[in-house]
Amino acid sequence: MRRSLDPALAALVALAWGGAAAATEPGQAGAPADRGQPGAPSTAAKAAEPSPGEIQAEPPPFSEGIFPCSQCHDKAGDPARRELAFHDEVQSVFNHDSTNRWCLDCHDNQMRDVLRLASGAHVPFTESYRLCGQCHGDKYRDWRAGVHGKRVGMWNGQKTYYLCVNCHNPHSPRFKPVKPEPRPARPEEMKR
Amino acid sequence: MSARRLHVLQEAGAPLGRRQFLRTAAGGAALATLGACGAEDFLRRNYRELSRKDLDGIVARLEKRYSEQYGKKVRVGTEGPMERVDFAYGLDLSRCIGCRRCVYACVKENNPSRQNPQIHWIKVLEMDKARGVDLVHANAYYEAELVPRPGHFYMPVQCQQCRHPPCTKVCPVKATWKEPDGIVVVDYDWCIGCRCCTAACPYGARKFNWAEPALPKEEMNPNTHYLGNRPRMKGVVEKCTFCIQRVRNGRYPACVEICPVGARKFGNLLDETSEIRRVMETKRVFVFKEELATEPQFYYFYAT
Repeated sequence: MRRSLDPALAALVALAWGGAAAATEPGQAGAPADRGQPGAPSTAAKAAEPSPGEIQAEPPPFSEGIFPCSQCHDKAGDPARRELAFHDEVQSVFNHDSTNRWCLDCHDNQMRDVLRLASGAHVPFTESYRLCGQCHGDKYRDWRAGVHGKRVGMWNGQKTYYLCVNCHNPHSPRFKPVKPEPRPARPEEMKR
Repeated sequence: MSARRLHVLQEAGAPLGRRQFLRTAAGGAALATLGACGAEDFLRRNYRELSRKDLDGIVARLEKRYSEQYGKKVRVGTEGPMERVDFAYGLDLSRCIGCRRCVYACVKENNPSRQNPQIHWIKVLEMDKARGVDLVHANAYYEAELVPRPGHFYMPVQCQQCRHPPCTKVCPVKATWKEPDGIVVVDYDWCIGCRCCTAACPYGARKFNWAEPALPKEEMNPNTHYLGNRPRMKGVVEKCTFCIQRVRNGRYPACVEICPVGARKFGNLLDETSEIRRVMETKRVFVFKEELATEPQFYYFYAT
């Protein structure tokens, strides 16, 4: 691979020492694309594939034995808002505008294995971000552009983007404090 | 391995440093005494003057030496800057929680000395919300059971990859320079350890190897770049390179990928679809110590 980089390096050396004027020749401009790497940075390559690959991260797993919901909820339940006598694991942590919202604002009463938008449209659990985006439109737009949330992979190519629920617990979305890694050594603590 | 170094303290019996050698060598006769060290290593040119053939030879020798030293196949890359790429980094101060995951992801990736000296390329400053960005009251040594601590915010600082880098201007031997894609790099074999750059940097980003670096074999990352994370020697200066061994191959820097709150953004400023461009166009952005006119390519922003 180093060998195939010759022109790029030559361009660098020329830029640094030969002055910028003579550096960029057409042959050199195409050089990085010849590397055959997924992230090859060429304007030509970019024109051919306008959208770099984006891969959706796996949503986090459901709690053990909880999905599909329809194994217990085989028919529609009481739609009246109330404290539940079951699903303690959710009820105990629920802190997502809990004064105004409850289960059936996001979960569908008829079809328990999908989520429900305000419009009544159904959304699978794998696309829960559409549900979140109804209220958090600013975050949703930023997330779409890669400013909110996290992406890993190639900055100029294929990348994996995390979903809302990869980082936020939908029932208690605020980040919880974490233990920090150890502090750096003070200069006086380092031996010679 | 430090055969080509000018030692901070020349140990008895240690090989001659390059400059010392040049001073004392009496022409070709002295070359015979170099033995296994290799005359090319002493007489090589500055990285930017090397021919491809010379560089290939140097890299092959380095890879062999590192592979033997660390007991694994070590790669020393020399990827150059890409066309039409100008790197920029964004850090969202409204998200950072001060967990220091980035600090240790960087250590794992970039092969710095683990202790004595302990070298971290990223320093996380804890600051009072009431005071704002105020270095006098910033604390890099905070210890807490849980972060973020109430009333505080956190500002990680690393090399700002300035457009007008004071550090490269002061280097008396041109061992450090700014690459066309924005990364400020160091040629460790050319550095004489004078630390002028360390003093010139207003961000405390440059670190000096006061002693032989302590890098355990099993923790050594074998994917290296000549101008980045290859093993360093005693008496040279090092700094953040945006993970040059990763970003020149299209990957995100290690600190971007580890951040648990997604506060770190990276990309090509010349690509109008990149997330960093979106940050620049839609968020409140500032640069650290703007009044110094260093024009960093590292931008702090507030997404909320």
